[in-house]
Amino acid sequence: MDQQAILLLGYLIGSITFIVGLKMLSHPETARKGNIIAAVGMTIAIVVTIFLYRDHNGNPLGNYPWIFGGLIIGTVAGTLIAKRVQMTAMPEMVSLFNGMGGACAMLISIVEHHHNPNAEIGMKVVIVLGMIIGTVSFAGSMIAWGKLAGKIKDKNIPAGQAINFLLFAGLIVSSVMVIGGYNDSPALFYSILALAALYGILFVMPIGGADMPVVISLLNSFTGVAAAFGGFLYDNPVMLTGGILVGSAGTILTILMCNAMNRSLKNVLIGSFGGGAKGGGAAGDKEQGAYKEIGLNDTAVLMAYAQKVMIIPGYGLAVAQAQHACHELEKVLAEKDVEVVYGIHPVAGRMPGHMNVLLAEADVPYEKLLEMEDANDQMSTTNVVMVIGANDVVNPAAMDDPGSPIYGMPILEVEKAEHVIVNKRSMKPGYAGIENDLFFRPKTSMLFGDAKKVLQDLVSELKQM
Amino acid sequence: MEVLNELFTDTSTYRLLTIVILSIFLGIEVISRVPSVLHTPLMSGANAIHGVVIIGAIIVMGQAPSDDYLALTLGFLAVILGTLNVVGGFVVTDRMLEMFSKKKKK
Repeated sequence: MDQQAILLLGYLIGSITFIVGLKMLSHPETARKGNIIAAVGMTIAIVVTIFLYRDHNGNPLGNYPWIFGGLIIGTVAGTLIAKRVQMTAMPEMVSLFNGMGGACAMLISIVEHHHNPNAEIGMKVVIVLGMIIGTVSFAGSMIAWGKLAGKIKDKNIPAGQAINFLLFAGLIVSSVMVIGGYNDSPALFYSILALAALYGILFVMPIGGADMPVVISLLNSFTGVAAAFGGFLYDNPVMLTGGILVGSAGTILTILMCNAMNRSLKNVLIGSFGGGAKGGGAAGDKEQGAYKEIGLNDTAVLMAYAQKVMIIPGYGLAVAQAQHACHELEKVLAEKDVEVVYGIHPVAGRMPGHMNVLLAEADVPYEKLLEMEDANDQMSTTNVVMVIGANDVVNPAAMDDPGSPIYGMPILEVEKAEHVIVNKRSMKPGYAGIENDLFFRPKTSMLFGDAKKVLQDLVSELKQM
Repeated sequence: MEVLNELFTDTSTYRLLTIVILSIFLGIEVISRVPSVLHTPLMSGANAIHGVVIIGAIIVMGQAPSDDYLALTLGFLAVILGTLNVVGGFVVTDRMLEMFSKKKKK
């Protein structure tokens, strides 16, 4: 077998492992193995590229010290970051790594253009589009990362849509000029880069709240497409399969997430509800009335004498790192013969499945996590519902206020239970920036404080009883 | 028409387009029935897979002339970023899924 055949065989194996890996990742039993299989395939594809790739003139690759240096630095840094990160910060990690991939595609396009500014037209299309998509994905992911990490606040940009439209038009015009060869000044090429970066930033900036997972998933599929353009650039089948596979699977995943929230993708992208003046206004007009507060002691008593307690976790639980304390509470209550279950909204936290991962880390048994429909079925037989740091997913406005930006989103109908206790740090609205009527309803009592501290105090109260 | 002619006579482009179209359908097929619990790990796994862009970075780096400092620098940076995407992506996904399997055993 000659080297070219081995190279292509390696790529074929890579492509197959990506398909099989992705398939296995979508079933709970096989997911972990699927991830490892894809990683092995990736390693094979990388190794055969380094040693067996030949350019059009049959020359092998050079600069091995640089290649291995980069690989080693990336591997060490990537492993360290990924191992060290808190389980609660997983969503922003995905966004960060996604941004790295986008930036990688961007740099490839820049270097290829620099090598060959007068390439044939098809090549130029691939280079320019790859750069635009990679850059948008990179810039957007960085903003999403900053937002999830709490470093960047939601901003409503005045006339944001008009600006984005102008940017988009600018991108098209300058791309056509570069691709058509009407203007081959480097300045124009780099202005495309700048426009794309700006577009990526402004595209994500106003989107906030519950919509961030959807955006990350969308940017994820963007990077997939950018990688696929690299496949065209180098006539490389494994880049093409991997990239397109992620591009299309990512798009489907994005739509699935939108469906889980009962919102259309268009709604998410245009009707951004981050700093939404619209949403805030609708809720603000209404008389809110007063809310009831409840003390730790009363909460403990209420729970200890309940038959069934449902815990509804949200992002507040993740922020406070309260998953272990939450499991403690569950155990103490179980000793007192109180049945404890968890009601998990599909988009609770910052990403679908976020809560499942978090509670799994604290060894909460799988059977205790109820999906939304089951949880709602059991709500009427539940004595006490404890909402910990969740807000929008229990907001009744989603059911009865057509003016609310989250109207139509399925929620956990906590009011069907006997008592509702809401643990929050303050009366501030949730991440979607809208008021929650639930807090003012007669069944609801507020228990203020940091989730972890409150849960720990509750546990010690219960132990003394 | 000329473009089309070129497209269909150039077997390499035609072959690549076929892969693209089949991969699109494959991607949709593979993902369409996923429990919501797995959405995050799946997104993270897909995130690692598009790190395959690293191969482009390796080619760029390996072909950079030794006196072209722009290509050397950007190529080197691209290799690092691509590796971060691949390694970080797979490790993070594995950590998420590790938690699922741990609880399964109990």
